[in-house]
Amino acid sequence: MNEEIIELTLWQLVAAYIFIVFLLIVVKIRQIPRDKEILISTFRMTIQLLLVGYVLIYLFEHPHPLLTLAVLVIMVGFAIQNIFKRVRGQLNREMKVIIAISMAVGSLVSLFYFNVIVIQFSPWYDPRYFIPIAGMIIGNSMTGVTLGVQTLVEGLRDQRARVEAALMMGATPKEATRKIVDQAFDAAILPTINSMVGTGIVFLPGMMTGQILAGVDPLTAIEYQIAILLGVSGAVALTVIIFVQNGYKVFFNEEDQLRE
Amino acid sequence: MFKLEEVKYKDILAIDELYIRAGEITCLVGESGSGKSTLLKLLNRMHTPSEGTIYFNEKLIAEWEPVELRREVVMLPQDPVLFGDTVEENLQAGARLTEKNLPSKEEMEQAIQQFYLDKNLEADATKLSGGEQQRLALARMSLLTPQVYLLDEPTSALDENLEKDVMERFVSHVKKEKKTMVFVTHNMQIAKEFSDTVVDISPFALNGGRENE
Repeated sequence: MNEEIIELTLWQLVAAYIFIVFLLIVVKIRQIPRDKEILISTFRMTIQLLLVGYVLIYLFEHPHPLLTLAVLVIMVGFAIQNIFKRVRGQLNREMKVIIAISMAVGSLVSLFYFNVIVIQFSPWYDPRYFIPIAGMIIGNSMTGVTLGVQTLVEGLRDQRARVEAALMMGATPKEATRKIVDQAFDAAILPTINSMVGTGIVFLPGMMTGQILAGVDPLTAIEYQIAILLGVSGAVALTVIIFVQNGYKVFFNEEDQLRE
Repeated sequence: MFKLEEVKYKDILAIDELYIRAGEITCLVGESGSGKSTLLKLLNRMHTPSEGTIYFNEKLIAEWEPVELRREVVMLPQDPVLFGDTVEENLQAGARLTEKNLPSKEEMEQAIQQFYLDKNLEADATKLSGGEQQRLALARMSLLTPQVYLLDEPTSALDENLEKDVMERFVSHVKKEKKTMVFVTHNMQIAKEFSDTVVDISPFALNGGRENE
């Protein structure tokens, strides 16, 4: 089973960029103004991955708990920044704090549970395990929270009159926003649930594909993939529930009135 | 029941003194933009006065827990809002939102008949006309048991005859239950016919009112 993996030569890699050239030709012909973005993202992807490659080589050769933790902090920090950028419209300070707390608490709790109880690798900071798993958990939580924030903010903007009418009858802010909060939670976890349904039939998940290409027994790869999908679902659910349970409060003042 | 002293709200309202008596029907009239809705919102703490004091049952409104106060002083906004897809869900919404026991089928059926809404409980509420939605909202309010009803133009989308009939039903519900009601209307005839006290709010209005005078 452990065949040697084919090392890609520079020319083989260059040949892969033909796909992007094809994409560029398509958008040029169809006059879709995306060419610049495609070029920039391809360029960024290449540079970022090359840099990460060197960082990973360094980390794998010098495993140290502080280095692993530093990478973790940077990952969570970037994920939080990315949420702030990706949500349309302004987020106030309080909302940003809640986003940061839910991301940090939700993804870290899930990550440590997953590493310590499920995979049980040692030492606990082994970067070869820790970093890719952290990437998957934090990345998916980020997507979930982004969708949750978006749905919550839009829901409270579009359904302001209903929320206000509920308050007027004597509903608590929690009751008045229950539907919107549920919608936000639902929107946030739906992609994760869909990815579980489609997995193996519609697409082979990246991690598993990577492991199989690297010569790992498909069954081992699948075991890992199942574990990671479950871990990711749990992490997304945890971050998003922490977020929505607290996020709606930002829209109310201490007198249970909707903020203007 | 309500006592307002030296109340000011932004640059909209300034009220030296105003009493609203328990067990009475009080009607607020005045030019549009004079702050009638604002005054209703001050009474159940949906707005907080910039200055001055408001008492409800001899206790400062600022000392009431806001949600608890609003369960005693419920307000119906001017534009009816739907809470759910069916008539039944809409009628249950008040109880559900305020953590009370849901009304029975008979109570709900009685409530919609009371306000001349000839619909099944299963009917699609989103297909109701503006006037029907107003009556549905009134039926929802009547199923709650607050001390005070604040109604902001509750029958504005109804034609004249129906408006009178519906008001009569709601007022008799309020009187029978010995509740207090404060409502806003543009219809002077409705104001005179159904209220114990009519309060013209124009003298209290600041900017908005002056512009309209």
